[in-house]
Amino acid sequence: MRKLVFALAGTALLVAAAVTYIVNARPDAAEAGPAAQLTLAPGQLLFRQVSTGRVAAVPLADPGAKPQVSGLKCDRFAVARQTAVCLAVRPGTLPPVTDVLVLDDHLTVRHSEAVPGTPSRARVSPDGQRVDWTVFVTGDSYAATGFSTRAGVYEVDTGRLVKTIEELPVFLDGQRYFAADVNYWGITFAGDGSHFYATLGSKGKTYLVEADYARYRGKTLRENVECPSLSPDGTRVAFKKKVGDGVWRLSVLDLKTLEETELAEPRSVDDQALWQGDRVLYGLDNAVWAVPADGSGRPERLVADAASPAVTG
Amino acid sequence: MYIAASRTSDLAAGTDRKPALKRVSANVVALGMVSLVTDVSSEMVTAVLPLYLVLGLGLNPLQFGLLDGLYAGATALVRVLGGHLADRWRRLKAVAGFGYGLSAVCKLGLVAAGSSVAAIGVVLAADRTGKGVRTAPRDALISLSSEPGTLGRSFGVHRALDTVGAFLGPLVAMAVLALSLGSYTSVFFTSFCVAAIAVLLLALFVRDRPGTVDRAAVSLRAAAGLLRDADFRRVTLWAAVLGLVTVGDSFVYLVLQRRWEIAATYFPLLPLGTAGVYLLLAVPLGRLADRFGRWPVFLGGHAALCLALGLLCGPAAPVLAVVALGLHGLFYAATDGVLMAAAGPLIPRDLRATGMAVVQTGQAGARMVSSVLFGLAWTLWDLRPAVLVAAGCLVAVVLAAAFAKPVRP
Repeated sequence: MRKLVFALAGTALLVAAAVTYIVNARPDAAEAGPAAQLTLAPGQLLFRQVSTGRVAAVPLADPGAKPQVSGLKCDRFAVARQTAVCLAVRPGTLPPVTDVLVLDDHLTVRHSEAVPGTPSRARVSPDGQRVDWTVFVTGDSYAATGFSTRAGVYEVDTGRLVKTIEELPVFLDGQRYFAADVNYWGITFAGDGSHFYATLGSKGKTYLVEADYARYRGKTLRENVECPSLSPDGTRVAFKKKVGDGVWRLSVLDLKTLEETELAEPRSVDDQALWQGDRVLYGLDNAVWAVPADGSGRPERLVADAASPAVTG
Repeated sequence: MYIAASRTSDLAAGTDRKPALKRVSANVVALGMVSLVTDVSSEMVTAVLPLYLVLGLGLNPLQFGLLDGLYAGATALVRVLGGHLADRWRRLKAVAGFGYGLSAVCKLGLVAAGSSVAAIGVVLAADRTGKGVRTAPRDALISLSSEPGTLGRSFGVHRALDTVGAFLGPLVAMAVLALSLGSYTSVFFTSFCVAAIAVLLLALFVRDRPGTVDRAAVSLRAAAGLLRDADFRRVTLWAAVLGLVTVGDSFVYLVLQRRWEIAATYFPLLPLGTAGVYLLLAVPLGRLADRFGRWPVFLGGHAALCLALGLLCGPAAPVLAVVALGLHGLFYAATDGVLMAAAGPLIPRDLRATGMAVVQTGQAGARMVSSVLFGLAWTLWDLRPAVLVAAGCLVAVVLAAAFAKPVRP
């Protein structure tokens, strides 16, 4: 009898502690604050405000200015022309489901897709007609606790959806490549809306794949290239190069000469870089940074409390 | 229900006073409840950890998967150590409690670790250690608290309760995420509170190894001597060899998904299907094992897996997918607890935890090797040949094991 009383009292105490913690963890309504109406007008740096999860903007010319914060919550965000994409994981869904929101230039939702997984990368093709994303998916890897990636594309003009490009026929050294464990991540489109680059991961190796979306064919160009990002003129690719387990260095690959240039960021960067003029932007340690794309100079912190940078132009 | 009805029974009265009820000892039910509550706690964390790592911390989960696999292998040693110390100090409950407690504290560690990747790695390693330490003494307690004739049923009840917890965990995590408006640390803190309740239940309601114990020292030599016993050695060996030709869960689900083109959204439901069948069949199959022999039921479970693999290569009719998943659940119900029930009586009481750790470690290690080999076969030969070869090997080993009869009836 005494044991039962102890057990019930202890359980009640612990449940009360949990409830107290949960209630205190709820973000205050006041903290939400008024939401600014953002547009995709040129000359802005948009990003995900890490502390609130909401999309915010500062003038590209004055990134230190007080950010305008919208009411839109995203985990990854990207823009090009009049199109923006927002990947937002649905709160409380297990297994996680990600909403892919295709937005117009006033950040109102034009189309939405639900995909299983956790947001990792998002991009809009330079012509604003293709939206692509990468999510992490649990459960279909070899290890029970393993993860795999799934990269998809949505055609804004036709409304066609490619849930995963896993079936893309790909050639490695001229030979058609087959493997059960093929993963793709980090799609980046060229200006013509058809050529694209992505990472192919299989059997512990990663490759840079160059593919034609219209013909749906791809070939590998080079090993050890992850999360490629094509320069606006289509001649160079910024990417993360694996230099150790869990350590990546930002580099730029010249597509003509296949020469690599390591950028002046000494820290490990796990992000898809974003070209802006002659430099690349990226998220690191809850801030958005910029570093010259030719290997010179040094990294400069543009905005604090920020991730997933996007530039309107 | 069966479990509820057996609750009032107690250790001393666990004999045949009421044979119709077929009781399970109160200690086994208490251990089952501890496992249930602990599984709620650990499955809560498992469910949100990927989300937390990618969204909360911006980590790359691919590396995390590798790390976690490494920990799983490393804890095999901890398991044997935990079993041995429990026997040596004659403190099964204390060692199991230490394991449960360590895992509980690790949930607070996740809150404290913040965004430090190194700290999270350390906390997860400690959590795995806690799990490794507690398993063998707990199974030894179940086995020592049961009548030798009803061991299968005892393990069945325990594993069924355990599975209920695994079902509830993700639901509780979802509720906490919804109530806290998406706070991961709330899930970790709640998980700690739930784990602490389990430790409380263990401390209050679980009794340590009952009966008098031979005061002879349990030495490393005595532990090593276990393998000199022919019966025990044969069970350990055959369990390991069967583990070597067993196709891992994730592969079964992957093949199911590929062959039947199951939408990715429903993919996570496949393990739930297996767990559901396991939950329903754990007790009946445990009783069956008590009546008709544990080794035949254990082998029958592997035969069910063979059938499931065969179906995976057959025509892609939806009903066959359901049957294959059911057979996979049957495989678990007929093997997981039943092996412990089969091995238990072969181990001297003083060395029960050590012996069980040895059997479990052998089986788990073999299954890890099997996963690597099957992954290799799949990559080299493609899906269907790999499954067929695996099924063929399994049939051969099951037939050999049936012929060898390592456990006397």
